[in-house]
Amino acid sequence: MDWLADGYGLVLRAFLLTIELGVVAGVFSMLLGVLLAAARVGPVAVLAKAAATYVLVFRNTPLLMVFVFVFVALPKVDIPQLSFFAKGVLALTLYTSAFVCEAVRSGVNSVPLGQAEAARAVGLTFGQTMQEVVLPQAMRAALPPLASVLIALMKNTSVAAAFGLIEATARMRFFTNDNADVRTVIFLVFAIGYVVIVELMSAGAFTLERRWRVAR
Amino acid sequence: MRFTRSRTLLAAAGLTLAGALSACGNAGGSDSESTDVNVEENAADSFEDGTRMKELAQDGKITIGVKYDQPGIGFKGAADDAPTGLDPEMGRILAASLGIDDQDITWKETISDNREPFLQKGEVDLVIASYSITDERRQIVGQAGPYYVTGQQLLVKKGSDIKGPDDVKGKSVCSVTGSTSLEQIEAKGAKARGFDTYSECRDQLLDGSVDAATTDGAILLGYAAEDPDNLEVVGPTFSEERYGIGYSKDSPEMCQWIVDTLKKAEDDGTWDKAFEATLGKSGVDTPTPPEMDACPSS
Amino acid sequence: MTAGVLFDAPGPRTRARHRVYTVLASVVLLVVAALVVWRLAEAGQFAYDLWEPFVTPVYMKALLVDGLLKTLQMAFTAVTLAVVFGVLFGVGKLSDRGWVRWPCTIVVEFFRAVPVLLLMIFIFFSYGIGDGFGSYWSVVIALTLYNGAVLAEVFRAGIEAVPHGQSEAAYALGMRKTQVMTSILLPQGVKIMLPAIISQCVVALKDTSLGYYILAPGLTAVGKQIYGEFQNQLQTAIVVSALYIACNLVLTAVATWVQHRLVGERRQLEVGGLGLPAQTGEAGGAGHGHP
Repeated sequence: MDWLADGYGLVLRAFLLTIELGVVAGVFSMLLGVLLAAARVGPVAVLAKAAATYVLVFRNTPLLMVFVFVFVALPKVDIPQLSFFAKGVLALTLYTSAFVCEAVRSGVNSVPLGQAEAARAVGLTFGQTMQEVVLPQAMRAALPPLASVLIALMKNTSVAAAFGLIEATARMRFFTNDNADVRTVIFLVFAIGYVVIVELMSAGAFTLERRWRVAR
Repeated sequence: MRFTRSRTLLAAAGLTLAGALSACGNAGGSDSESTDVNVEENAADSFEDGTRMKELAQDGKITIGVKYDQPGIGFKGAADDAPTGLDPEMGRILAASLGIDDQDITWKETISDNREPFLQKGEVDLVIASYSITDERRQIVGQAGPYYVTGQQLLVKKGSDIKGPDDVKGKSVCSVTGSTSLEQIEAKGAKARGFDTYSECRDQLLDGSVDAATTDGAILLGYAAEDPDNLEVVGPTFSEERYGIGYSKDSPEMCQWIVDTLKKAEDDGTWDKAFEATLGKSGVDTPTPPEMDACPSS
Repeated sequence: MTAGVLFDAPGPRTRARHRVYTVLASVVLLVVAALVVWRLAEAGQFAYDLWEPFVTPVYMKALLVDGLLKTLQMAFTAVTLAVVFGVLFGVGKLSDRGWVRWPCTIVVEFFRAVPVLLLMIFIFFSYGIGDGFGSYWSVVIALTLYNGAVLAEVFRAGIEAVPHGQSEAAYALGMRKTQVMTSILLPQGVKIMLPAIISQCVVALKDTSLGYYILAPGLTAVGKQIYGEFQNQLQTAIVVSALYIACNLVLTAVATWVQHRLVGERRQLEVGGLGLPAQTGEAGGAGHGHP
């Protein structure tokens, strides 16, 4: 384990970058995803169509291709340069927000009809219905799929390894190249790093889910 | 180096006897040029029985492993018939000495990690693929040469502030993820940007996303040769890589043949022409071909 | 709940307001689209020679045969093997014997939590290169392990979704445990699971693109070769993505059809995503793991 003794700083820094990418992209994905979901269920047909198209395109495009767009194709059209980290967050957000949108929408769909009907009956507008009645319940129902999406996002940050960001997966390659004889151990250390992050996230989601559970 | 130029004429005069100078027909890519090489006739007669060279010459076929993704060194586009670059040129020179025409050479793509197994299992007869000579490799396979010496350098946009390895501190420098080159540059204080091929690095550099790209100078020269108006290779080399030609240890007799054939090509100017048609396009002076190692006595 | 219930049938004033919104939204979307087109035109991205490779037979063939076909092959092989892996480990997770159940659970949880790219890189650089089985099989094996682990979870949930009365009745008839599993639980479970299995195909198909990183054949590899030659990154990315989207839409259509055909109603299986229940019925796999 000499490599780990000498290089644990690099391992930690790489995982820190993984987590930063996951968290920052997660926040932006939630924002964009909820906006998209609102557009999808809202009364303006044009927006619903646009949001549906967005979701269709990004859900069926491999994440790697989104990275190719952001890192390789976008610079060709002379737009202002973003930093590598910003580009990574952009690619992950574009992709993940489509899945967030679907998770939130499925949450909205799980809210019983009577809730919205009652809200309308007391004279709430669409905005009020969503904000006061439907969304709070929908978010509870959407929590499990949302947690899955965010966990997947954390794992998906590994795709950035091929695009100039030395996060955990990229860092593993340096270690395995230099210490070929212990590459299985190196792989296990990095893999367990991911397992720990993922298990912590799902434990957190589980706790939230129990605390938020609505009696129906 | 210019001294070879004068000798070229003499040697060329002596060699054109066969008149086998076929047109440089390489219908592949747009800028693919291969140098004319004289294909020996009745080459099989000039080799002793039982040597691998004799077998190859009699079969009239040879399989050569080269890179497909390094312009100037070994490159093959999606629709090209044959690869181009300094390495394939060396292959053509060697094949010609066995009386094998261009169209009878089977090219095989090798990547860095499969060069030894390819030789050991006889999947290729020769590996000419920016293949640095090292003691570890020479334990497993034969390596004749070097036919070219290079070292880690920096590729930058023309007019960049970066003039050498001392200027990279805090700059984004691109290379292949996990490579020694990237670790070297990271150790010099640069922000390491790992991509999966050097071509990606070249694109990132042209886009202005990174400040420099780094790996063997020869590979960088290939990119500079493709785009001499925008790219240049700067600074001294900060490592030494000696490119050799890999052959199987089962046929140690190949070493002397490779060395003799390349020596002849160096003397008669074919080596110069091969360099000028490939890496030389970047505008660098054609270097003096390196002194080749003596073959191990078998 | 359908969107229609979220708001009243709009009255005249609301309709007018919605019309304003529609116009505003359309204008904004059109302006954005126009900006994109203008920017692309400005950067010369509509130049014919950048698109030419995609109407040149050699490159079309390269894209479809060396690219798409290989991609589909890899995905198909991986999913087939993943189903086998999934059945073995899914059933293993339900075993009464701890020494079977625990290893199966650990293996499944491990491969579900590790990024498939990390797995692929490890497999390729440890066993794939040189004398190994090459990049094609490295992709297939990595996808098998990951998708197999996800499917194991699907199978477990599918089997548990079969009503208890079924297995109780079977035991009452004197069937053995294996018999109950193979002739009562699995056939019924598979029917419930089919849509989830097919949606996992979409995930596998998308993940074949990661082979890009380890020099595997497939659409992304051919795409990289093409843009390496023509410097038409944007155009290539658009064409390759369009091919992926088309394939996935076909798969999704098949999934929907199979679901209606075999399962009849919209009875979708809920599968735990790492201890959490999550939807899998929808193709595109928003659910668990790695969408």
